[in-house]
Amino acid sequence: MTSQTIAQATDDQLDPLMVAERWMLDGREVAVATVIETWGSAPRPVGSHLVIDAEGSFSGSVSGGCVEGAVISEAAGVIASGEPKMLEFGVADETAWRVGLSCGGRIQVYLERVG
Amino acid sequence: MDPHLLRKLNEARRERKAAIMLTDLADGRNRLVMKGDPVAGELGEAIEKAFRTGKSGTVEAEGQRFFLKVHVPSPRMVIIGAVHISQALAPMAAMAGFDVRVIDPRTAFATPERFENVDLVADWPEDALKDRPIDAFTALVAVTHDPKIDDWPLISALKTGAFYVGALGSRKTHARRVERLTEAGLGEAAIDRIAAPIGLDIGAQSPEEIAVAILAQVIAALRKPAQPGRD
Repeated sequence: MTSQTIAQATDDQLDPLMVAERWMLDGREVAVATVIETWGSAPRPVGSHLVIDAEGSFSGSVSGGCVEGAVISEAAGVIASGEPKMLEFGVADETAWRVGLSCGGRIQVYLERVG
Repeated sequence: MDPHLLRKLNEARRERKAAIMLTDLADGRNRLVMKGDPVAGELGEAIEKAFRTGKSGTVEAEGQRFFLKVHVPSPRMVIIGAVHISQALAPMAAMAGFDVRVIDPRTAFATPERFENVDLVADWPEDALKDRPIDAFTALVAVTHDPKIDDWPLISALKTGAFYVGALGSRKTHARRVERLTEAGLGEAAIDRIAAPIGLDIGAQSPEEIAVAILAQVIAALRKPAQPGRD
């Protein structure tokens, strides 16, 4: 029973949307990034979340670590403006190659502010 | 994302309720749809399908593009009876992604040595399930064929709409079980949901093979429900 309870607690600790809610309740400004479309071999499935605060702290993932940096740097702008943004990364994209989606896939990420 | 809806969504997830967060990709507006909420038209069909498959994705409906994020609780398996079959079934089901609990009040059976790394409760099902009652995302596998132990969880699983209810026992044993459950007030349709004899008919003989037959039947009930959209 205890192992289950611990597993549940750990899940809650790491679950990006639970994290987003906690940060929000702490008064932090938060953006949520979501993988909404993938083509080819994408590292994280559709629906994966990354949450970012105004200081650049983050939790979760939208790729195996290759495009998180780019998403995080876009988050500040989205938090400031409140305007959601569609981001796309893939091998065909010069920027994406630089940020390193080396798996050869292409992903579309929707970035929005909470609130 | 609407902060109020984010809180409502997380609350639903903590309560193990299925929900979809709908985002209009043109203006970023959200809507939270709980399973069973009526939604009309193309969007309603897409939502129904998303709940059934558990898959998130973008949808074109009513001339707009939406993103549907599906939140479905992880499936649980409750095994009543710390018997030989359960020793094989518990690790297999865990490997397949189920959150497994084995329950048996008979302390000779329910020993940690027999169930290493398994969530094992040596108590009556009524008590062992207090902290996590059977719900629609639970498979109930009753394998003691002792009515004193099996009947309560079987009745509870049928009443709460567990996605799978299976019970071990010969046809004779099951016929007597049907009589008892009928006396307990369950209708024919509910009782018919019990998979008995338990497991897919693959000619399984050993406890390990029977465990495979049961797990395959549970997965089929989860991924290929007989009557899609029934609930």
